Amino acid sequence: MTLSRKKLVLVGNGMAGVRAIEHLLKLAPDAYDITIFGAEPHPNYNRIMLSSVLAGGTDLSEIVINDYEWYRSHNITLYTGHKIESIDTVNKKVRTGLGVEAVYDELILATGSDPFMLPLPGADKEGVIAFRDIKDCQIMMETSKTYKKALVIGGGLLGLEAARGLLHLGMEVSVVHIHHYIMERQLDQEAAVMLQRELEAQGMKFLLSKQSEAILGKKRVKSLLFADGSSAEADLIVMAVGIRPNTALAQKSGIAVGRGIVVNDYMETNIPGVYAIGECAEHRGIAYGLVAPLYEQGAVLAKRLAGVQGQGYEGSVTSTKLKVSGVDVFSAGQYDEPAGSRALRYQDEIDGVYKKLVISKDKLIGAVLFGDTADGAQLFSLIKSGESIQGKERSLLLGLPDDALKASPSARLEAMADDEIICGCNGVSKGAIAEAITTGGCTSVGQIKACTKASASCGGCKPLVEGLLELYAGDAAVKVKEGICGCTTLGRDEIVAEIKRMELKTVKEVMNVLEWTNEEGCSKCRPSLNYYLGMLWPEEYADEKESRITNERYHANIQKDGTFSVVPRIYGGVTSPGELKKIAEVAEKFDVPMVKFTGGQRLDLLGVKKEDLPKIWEELDMPSGHAYGKTLRTVKTCVGSTFCRFGTQDSIGMGIRLEKEFERLNTPAKVKLAVSGCPRNCAEATIKDFGVVAIDGGWELHVGGNGGVHVRATDLLCVVKTEDEVVEWASAFLQYYRENASWNERTSNWVERVGLDSIKAALDNREDRLALGQRIRTALSVTTDPWKQIVAERELRKNFEPISPIETA
Amino acid sequence: MTKMHIGNVADIDRKGSRTLKVNDMEIALFRLSDGEVLAVENKCPHKGGTLSEGMVCGSKVHCPLHDWRIDLHTGKVEDPDTGCVPTFEVEVDPATGAVYLTV
Repeated sequence: MTLSRKKLVLVGNGMAGVRAIEHLLKLAPDAYDITIFGAEPHPNYNRIMLSSVLAGGTDLSEIVINDYEWYRSHNITLYTGHKIESIDTVNKKVRTGLGVEAVYDELILATGSDPFMLPLPGADKEGVIAFRDIKDCQIMMETSKTYKKALVIGGGLLGLEAARGLLHLGMEVSVVHIHHYIMERQLDQEAAVMLQRELEAQGMKFLLSKQSEAILGKKRVKSLLFADGSSAEADLIVMAVGIRPNTALAQKSGIAVGRGIVVNDYMETNIPGVYAIGECAEHRGIAYGLVAPLYEQGAVLAKRLAGVQGQGYEGSVTSTKLKVSGVDVFSAGQYDEPAGSRALRYQDEIDGVYKKLVISKDKLIGAVLFGDTADGAQLFSLIKSGESIQGKERSLLLGLPDDALKASPSARLEAMADDEIICGCNGVSKGAIAEAITTGGCTSVGQIKACTKASASCGGCKPLVEGLLELYAGDAAVKVKEGICGCTTLGRDEIVAEIKRMELKTVKEVMNVLEWTNEEGCSKCRPSLNYYLGMLWPEEYADEKESRITNERYHANIQKDGTFSVVPRIYGGVTSPGELKKIAEVAEKFDVPMVKFTGGQRLDLLGVKKEDLPKIWEELDMPSGHAYGKTLRTVKTCVGSTFCRFGTQDSIGMGIRLEKEFERLNTPAKVKLAVSGCPRNCAEATIKDFGVVAIDGGWELHVGGNGGVHVRATDLLCVVKTEDEVVEWASAFLQYYRENASWNERTSNWVERVGLDSIKAALDNREDRLALGQRIRTALSVTTDPWKQIVAERELRKNFEPISPIETA
Repeated sequence: MTKMHIGNVADIDRKGSRTLKVNDMEIALFRLSDGEVLAVENKCPHKGGTLSEGMVCGSKVHCPLHDWRIDLHTGKVEDPDTGCVPTFEVEVDPATGAVYLTV
């Protein structure tokens, strides 16, 4: 067997080359004896992730794609730290600078590229580096410990990523760019300016339209001098102005070289048995510097080496997604409006969203997205497919794929490109899910979730994942009985029925009796059980605070940086000068970084340190709003008949009454109410869980609205005459929801699931309504203000304070 | 390596947590339902979430930001996510309940 194997040598241990080998191993695992030479002293790693390493949160070891064990287990001979010095294409042999020789039958050149270093006087000084490999990354990290000022030359993708990383390392960073706006190769000016503004807010500085002329300093860099005579101080200069295909080895070995190593559609060079892929290769005049084309080339080459017939490589349309933290930018194709094209633009300065579609002869040829890049993959696949988008321009620009939705869901899924992202939260493509099903053997949504993370976060893509499962697994798809979480196979209704039947009274008891597979449950089932038990036994059940979600345990909303926000209860959105003054004084006293109006007409004190929470609640001496729990949030109101010339009823009074009636109520998911004083509906009551709209002589009651992920307008429940009737119906509706919805299920989903008619039928009879109302009052009667309790009780308050060590033992 | 007496086991609620700063690092101490006390750096490897605010299930904590699960014994992130949090040695004196942390 070994004798019949051909010898394959790969020069370059980077992403492109090793990816091709991975492909080849799948197609023809035993065809070759493989030897890989890499100049860097590391196994194959993900160069794209270097910016994540710099930006923090990722360790160098985490970006290794294939560790040494992978090479061993595939019998690949690996030489790291070995640079190939020469290729003997006649005797088919390569030789490293350290004297190691290897013979080959097939040779792949994947030598990548070198950073282009501007030939400035002084560029050889200490503190002038590129941003290309692990070594550069380490130098930046080291430098940041002793020096402050960094300059990045180059306002392109790479430069901005380097700058963001340096910022994260605590350096002062200025980006020097020769063009008058940044990322001009991917973005148009509008998007670039929005991006710059965003990055400036993060602390980055920009020196635009600046041509670098010389680097000054003795041994180490001191400053950078520009052609206009000005200069900027710097302890570190990172050049990120571009890359240059690394062709030196090919050139001196007699292999044809243009900008890169010239290859045909099958990645063959002019020398038989020698191939080139990746950044070092030039295909149809283009040397690519992004990862997707390199992977496509690798796949084509692997097929060729495995002897599999396949289409050649025809070049790639590239797209860019900026990975700089907190900024979503996407561009693809020809974004700069070439002759004969037209551009459609959408710009929303308030939310910081910009979209541009470039269209030529009814086809989409380019797109730029800023701020909202959710449609990027879809637009990119339209650019690649080249299909006509006539009549769909508007929906594409505004992100509403109405035509597409009309097609049958499975046909749409089938037609979808492999690289289109299904799960936006975790970046899982259709192809990855298909692979998990066809080769990974996943037969349920749960398995796909565990294998790929698709639908593991917000779950909005679950219908698509289910569709793909049906498409690819067909009959093999197991409709595994999914319980409320992975700890049980029981669904919500079964659990609630069992709790009632056996009179189970604690979370632990439920888990024991109903045979939970995880002894202590998980973050999904514990809060659900806590809710169901409290709903069923309001007067007996002792709420289990450790089973509450974070926001409800700390009675404030946790923010991304670990701080919290406090929203004082302001009934109906009506406040007084006295209350405002108190809030303002507390905000000043505790240095609250931001005071913001919420969408529900309340004041949000953002950025509060955990240990300050009890002190703030104490000084405010106002209920702190339950603004982030699964509970009644706010009752939004318009001015109504109190001041408005159109108002037909007292919407403010009604709103305040409802908020006082239902505050502190535990509900399956958050509940929002609104009261509008006339059908103009200024309080937006028709996208609330329970919306009240005043009409002449009465009130319309609406239910099941949602302004969130899936916008849904309310359904009309009924029309009533008096304020008391509004409260009666609201109580009955909310209690019926509390008793029948799953935990975490908004009224909008619940109304759609059970149908409005079933709810109407349950509330139709006045006696039933009053009974529901009685039960909701019982539930409300046992609620307390958790803030007062925490302020008063040392034992609860301690959890907000850090421990201080007692002594060194 | 420093060993510090940081307080008593009763300072931490069962299935709860407390934090403390050591040099520039914040450490989260968790007390499991069986009474064991474990310590990790208070920073989720994903987006830096304060693990101390997460829900403790068995010997795992769920990050409050995006629900990543971290094994408090090993510091390892559970599948399908990957990563690791530094862990620290904790000793509890069975007689007095005094908690010692080694950093």
